[in-house]
Amino acid sequence: MSEPFIHLAGVKKIYRTRGVDFLAVSEVTFDVDAGELVSLVGPSGCGKTTLLKILAGLHSYEAGEVRIGSPTQPFDPSRDIGMVFQQPLLLKWRRVIDNVLLPAEILGLPMAESRSRARDLLQLVGLKGAEDKFPYELSGGMQQRAAIARALIHDPKLILMDEPFGALDALTREKMNLELLRIWQEARKTIVFVTHGITEAVFLGTGVVVLTAGPARMADNFRVELPHPRPLEIKTTEKFGEYSRRIYRLLGME
Amino acid sequence: MGRNQESLQRYALAVISHLLLVLAWYFFVVLGNVPKFVLPSPYATVQALLVSNYRWVENTLVTGAEIFGGYILAVVVGIGIALLFSWFRRLEMFVMPLLVSLNMIPKVALGPLIIVWFRYGVGPNMMMAFAICFFPIVLTTARGLREVEPDLLDLVRSLKGSRWQIFTKIQLPGALPYIFSGMKVAAILAVAGAIVGEFLGSDRGLGYLMLQVQVTLDTAAMFMAVILITVLGAILYGIVLGLERLLVVRDARIQ
Repeated sequence: MSEPFIHLAGVKKIYRTRGVDFLAVSEVTFDVDAGELVSLVGPSGCGKTTLLKILAGLHSYEAGEVRIGSPTQPFDPSRDIGMVFQQPLLLKWRRVIDNVLLPAEILGLPMAESRSRARDLLQLVGLKGAEDKFPYELSGGMQQRAAIARALIHDPKLILMDEPFGALDALTREKMNLELLRIWQEARKTIVFVTHGITEAVFLGTGVVVLTAGPARMADNFRVELPHPRPLEIKTTEKFGEYSRRIYRLLGME
Repeated sequence: MGRNQESLQRYALAVISHLLLVLAWYFFVVLGNVPKFVLPSPYATVQALLVSNYRWVENTLVTGAEIFGGYILAVVVGIGIALLFSWFRRLEMFVMPLLVSLNMIPKVALGPLIIVWFRYGVGPNMMMAFAICFFPIVLTTARGLREVEPDLLDLVRSLKGSRWQIFTKIQLPGALPYIFSGMKVAAILAVAGAIVGEFLGSDRGLGYLMLQVQVTLDTAAMFMAVILITVLGAILYGIVLGLERLLVVRDARIQ
């Protein structure tokens, strides 16, 4: 039995505002193996974004254990994290390819190599030919594709995604789900994917972590035993329905 | 092709509207038999340039120097102060309220004091232009430097990027559209500042010339001076606009 890539045990986070304590995250315990795509699903206020920022090393936590990396998969917190947010957050004044290169610049990676890697990545995310466009010339879905390429440019081991398709229309969102699975399988990254979409969480995840609000805590953590590649029709299967219902029940919607 | 034609059409329409104004002015004066000292014709106005006594070239250069000098000083000092504010939050909290209060002073009211302190001349008029257009630049630049997406900061911090990298790669380029919007407002104010300075006390410049010819009721020369002042302002504004086109991507410009 090898060590998991991410190990979380009893993680707890409290925000203190004007002397009042607010429990943002508690009782979070789960493991993620290298190469998995784990969905964090829950209503707003359940602490899923906070948890993501703890994983990114941007937030401290009051109790518990957070460990990323294993002897076989060493983890460098300064260059092994790629982030994708709800908004693409591309720099308006940079062409697409220069946006993708931002993390490489910050890390001081060799530019010529990074540039050719950026071209490959733009092809991977389906943006071949858009290298020299400005962000405003791209649709929302295309901008988010560029943001995904940006998260991959420095070849990080862990990609953290915070509702990356939450601002897209329903059809584009479905399409991006398929694309993400394809990119994930080609790029072989570990992904932690935050969403409040229950079907999205099941469709994408090799595992699902369910968080509930008021008080914020982890309610469930299970594996999704559905084969890959997953076509959209998989959502109509009995097994898919069972997984979705399991989450709906936990969130008190059934 | 269609795009080119459209922009050509826009330029043509703009030129035509200007020409029409001059034409209307001409016919109003000629057909209405308006006396020259009330409203000179466009022709009479241009003829005023022939009066060598008025030393048009020298006066225009003096006013131009006041406008450009005061303006450039305001841009450099204004952006510099805003940068300091963004680096030292405490300094901003300490100095910014003071600047807001000082900005409440009508700058024109300072004119007589500036003359008492610095005599009159090109330098004090430059200061007037500076005083009047410096604040909008500080304000917009400070605002632009503040407008950074928190998630973008997280992105850079997750890569352990430095403060300097955040500043040069995200904060400063992101603030450029704001800086230019302040610079455009300031360009117009700088002209007003220099002319007010000349009205209050000077021995050279187009504003000074206007006061001189007012005494002799040479309205045509006054008109010509106003036109030259406007041209100076238009040149400054055009330069700023050109720089903006060069440095700021179309979508990011603040209209």
